[in-house]
Amino acid sequence: MRNTLPVLTVLLAVVAIWYVAAIGMNSTWVRDQAARSETVLGMGEFVRQTLSLDRPVLPAPHQVAAGLWDGVFGQKITSKRSLVWHGWITLSATLAGFAIGSLAGIGLAVGIVHDRAMNQSVMPWAVASQTVPILAIAPMVIVVFASAGITGLLPKAIIAAWLSFFPVLVGMVKGLRTADAMQLDLMRSWNASRSQVFWRLRLPSSMPYLFASLKVAVAAALVGTIVGELPAGASAGLGARLLSGSYYGQTVQIWAALFVAAALAAGLVFLIGWIERLALRRMGLAR
Amino acid sequence: MSALPIIAVWLGGWALNAWLARFDTRLSRFLVALIFGITLLILWEMTVRAYAIPTVILPAPSQIAASFTQNTAILWGDFVQTILKGALSGWVLGAAAAIATAIAIDRSPFLQRGLLPVGNFVAALPIVGIAPILVMWFGFDWQSKAAVVVVMVFFPILVNMVAGLAATDQMQRDQMATWAAPYWQSLAKMRLPAAMPFLFNGLKITTTLALIGAIVAEFFGSPTRGMGFRISTAVGRLDLPLVWAEILVAAIAGSLFYGIVALIEKKVTFWHPSQRKQRG
Repeated sequence: MRNTLPVLTVLLAVVAIWYVAAIGMNSTWVRDQAARSETVLGMGEFVRQTLSLDRPVLPAPHQVAAGLWDGVFGQKITSKRSLVWHGWITLSATLAGFAIGSLAGIGLAVGIVHDRAMNQSVMPWAVASQTVPILAIAPMVIVVFASAGITGLLPKAIIAAWLSFFPVLVGMVKGLRTADAMQLDLMRSWNASRSQVFWRLRLPSSMPYLFASLKVAVAAALVGTIVGELPAGASAGLGARLLSGSYYGQTVQIWAALFVAAALAAGLVFLIGWIERLALRRMGLAR
Repeated sequence: MSALPIIAVWLGGWALNAWLARFDTRLSRFLVALIFGITLLILWEMTVRAYAIPTVILPAPSQIAASFTQNTAILWGDFVQTILKGALSGWVLGAAAAIATAIAIDRSPFLQRGLLPVGNFVAALPIVGIAPILVMWFGFDWQSKAAVVVVMVFFPILVNMVAGLAATDQMQRDQMATWAAPYWQSLAKMRLPAAMPFLFNGLKITTTLALIGAIVAEFFGSPTRGMGFRISTAVGRLDLPLVWAEILVAAIAGSLFYGIVALIEKKVTFWHPSQRKQRG
């Protein structure tokens, strides 16, 4: 808890800068309005107006908070205006894709560690693929699936799975190889079979790497889902909220959707971190 | 019936690789990876032809290559707009800002303890989401894309640079102190060089982020050129070969970008253990 005070200070500074920036960026509009109606604004009135515009260039923090409150608690959960509803649509696709992607990644990693040909064939491409902006294929996947009559959760989940697949694969291969020669020799001297070596040595020692890459993968899966919700026609999900907000100039809506997305990402990463702590403590690996 | 040749090619490629993999030399490793890639391409081409898969679902590699050679002018224009103007300028600005910030907060442990958790937290967030806001602020042209890239690359580089500046140990600092080196001298001669491996780690991670930021930001509005614009409009016209050609450009650009940064890293941090020639 040593860091609480510094972190709070930084956060307070961010909010303060945000307010100043909101006043500055919205001032042109307010000044124009005042000039048009030929009124002279006092300092207090001027600031009050910059912070309470309907479509501000930069909404003030309390406006975003109000938008968030209204979106989360002010609507029925089933309503199309509810951020909980949109958030759930994004979250379900993210989780489905994340599950598919990480299971496939773990499976392929197991194959790669046990088969040399597979290792030499797949690994260079898997590593190289990390430098490729895969996210660019998102709109194409959505449209291709839509033309085949498949819409809804599945296409987004596939993008999310694709994005979470490679980090898990690379991390897990590294993890399954961390067992050092000494430990492998010990297993040999106990006459352990291949599967015993895998279940009792390789798999347990890969856990820290697995969890580290799962955290990266879940964040990537969320980004993938949100971008998958962008192409025209999408009407549900946080990505669609962002896009419609940008079409209609509803800045408060964009910021509110953004904060829900941030909260989702933070929640997912935190959840995996919590499972990681539990698992590692149970295995006696916690440091 | 048409599945038979496809399976035959797959088994043939696999058997060749299984045989080659036993040699485990530098050349054989390269060949194995190459053969795997080529086999996948052939299988792709064969599957598309054998089952007459419509182009709007999956174009064959040959169609993509044809589209690539026909549209070089368009692709080059998009490359300049998105990669050079949007991603690269944003990446340079963001990296410079992050390095400057890291050095500025270097003397204040209080700010570091405050900024680092926040930076780590922000680095995990879906920052691409700010693209619509920045497009509203900076307009449709490349400036808004560069702004998105700046925000996306800032925090990962900042976190790495701060860790790098803390990478010297007490003994080395004491040594500088015994030579009566002032703060700036010990920064320039000891701590900045020691931070380079960390900095380049951050720079390499963010090359991909920069491309993603520049491409995705174009989905929210762009002039009538750029890779993101081309992808979304070509998808709308069901011109899938052009989309795949565009993705090919993105892949090449991403690999080149990463490769160039890795090459510079090799020159700058030649002394680091990870750069030594591996034996055996």
